[in-house]
Amino acid sequence: MPVVLENLGKRFGDGAPVLDDVNATIAKGEFVALLGASGCGKSTLLNIMAGLEHPTSGALEVPSDGAAFMFQDSALFPWLTARGNIELALQLADKSSTKASRRARATELLELVHLGGAGDKRPHELSGGMRQRVALARSLAQDRQLLLMDEPFAALDAITRDLLHDELERIWKETGRTIVFVTHNVREAVRLGQRVLLLSSRPGRVVAEWDVTEEHRTDAGRAGELTGVITRRLREEIRRHAK
Amino acid sequence: MPSNPTTQERTLPVSESSEHITSPSLKGNPSELRDLEAGLDNLQSDAARKAGIDWKRVLLPIAALVVLVLVWQFYVSLGLKRRDQVPGPLDVLNQLVTLWGEGKVQESVWTSLQRGLVGFLISVVVATPVGLLLAQVAPLRRAFGPLISGLQVLPSVAWVPAAIIWFGLTDGTVYFVVLMGAIPSIINGLISGVDQIPPQYRSVGTVLGANRLQMALQIVLPAALPGYIGGLKQGWAFSWRSLMAAEIIAVGGTIGFGLGSLLDQGRALSDMAVVMSAILLILAVGILIELLVFGPIEKRLLQRRGLLAGSSR
Repeated sequence: MPVVLENLGKRFGDGAPVLDDVNATIAKGEFVALLGASGCGKSTLLNIMAGLEHPTSGALEVPSDGAAFMFQDSALFPWLTARGNIELALQLADKSSTKASRRARATELLELVHLGGAGDKRPHELSGGMRQRVALARSLAQDRQLLLMDEPFAALDAITRDLLHDELERIWKETGRTIVFVTHNVREAVRLGQRVLLLSSRPGRVVAEWDVTEEHRTDAGRAGELTGVITRRLREEIRRHAK
Repeated sequence: MPSNPTTQERTLPVSESSEHITSPSLKGNPSELRDLEAGLDNLQSDAARKAGIDWKRVLLPIAALVVLVLVWQFYVSLGLKRRDQVPGPLDVLNQLVTLWGEGKVQESVWTSLQRGLVGFLISVVVATPVGLLLAQVAPLRRAFGPLISGLQVLPSVAWVPAAIIWFGLTDGTVYFVVLMGAIPSIINGLISGVDQIPPQYRSVGTVLGANRLQMALQIVLPAALPGYIGGLKQGWAFSWRSLMAAEIIAVGGTIGFGLGSLLDQGRALSDMAVVMSAILLILAVGILIELLVFGPIEKRLLQRRGLLAGSSR
């Protein structure tokens, strides 16, 4: 089932609206990059889709079982091992699951993110990239069709980020999840998304969208062109706030 | 929203030259990529460190102790005060040996320790659910929070007269005073531990689908554990202090012979060596509990969470 946002609005208290009249439809299995300058309400929009916050106006349609969520910092629990974090997610998702089945599934998920040997390590013993992979495995453990990602690779170095882009793409293709990926990095949006939505700032509203075709994926020149176009549009959007 | 403005500014000017702006996908075959990833993983994660006995940890405190005893002996040998008012280390040691021979050391340490531990355990059992409830339910916390903080500030010795009137010279008096000292401080420790939980942990819990009870037991309690252990430590300190106060003030009746009673006996006989012996025993029990119980628990807890690096512990 698709995700539908209809005239969605959000304001905190009496302040100016953070989101205003947001409209978007995201098809099942689609990978959408949600792009915007810092402070444009991207995270708020994601939190609303995750059910962590409620919209003040408009309607939204999300799968009834909710969404899996991946945060900017891994947000792993430091008192649990990598495996323990994944097993906790499995346990909370399905209260009737047995310990053995959770263990087996956690092993599978760790293998999926190429961390089969690191299951017994604690989060602080892992690098930033490894932590984000564990966090990805944890969000897959929730077994929800919709996966929301809030700038999950923003704090990583360039090589690790490139690797994780490949890995995320592979996992998306293997699992067929619907992914909404929030970022303020145009290249990342073009690299990952099938569609890029640009959110304006104050109030946040979807002001432009681009399709990223297979051609953009294989031809660096075409990808660069599109990146340039989107970057110019984003800069325009930011400059509006100069006065 | 966390942001990284410098990255953004750097990407903007190069937008015209298209060649190396974006990597549609990494070049290389899958196994090369796996190796690249594995290499990064190995480079970026900590190697396991070997544990062993760190002799500095043992020798430094012993050296400090020896220095203090020598200073004490030096002061006594100056002869500024009468010997019966300020006994030297050897006098106190002799007194301790005598008291041991009479069985008084064993009796008083055992009586006090037993009461302290039982009182402390009861306090933990009472204070933990109350603390968790207060930390999780805002109206309850607003209602009772100030009272609990106040109780922690109130010296528990203040309860001794009341306790003697209610319970007479029985163990009931001692336990009452210990509980009034320890319970508020454990509750406060737990609450402040819960207050310091990063809000994101709760968001994660909500997203993962935890209900109220699961949130409290599987996320909030373990997350608050460092603060909670700190509270327990303080709770033990309050138990032990309150116990000594109660034993010094309430003597006789069916109240057994504890370290506080020994101290009070020394005072009554004006025997400074006995008084010093009792003080040192009380101190020694405090140090041993910290070294053998709380120290290792706390260290292990912090180590497992990666919070120990760079600390002077």
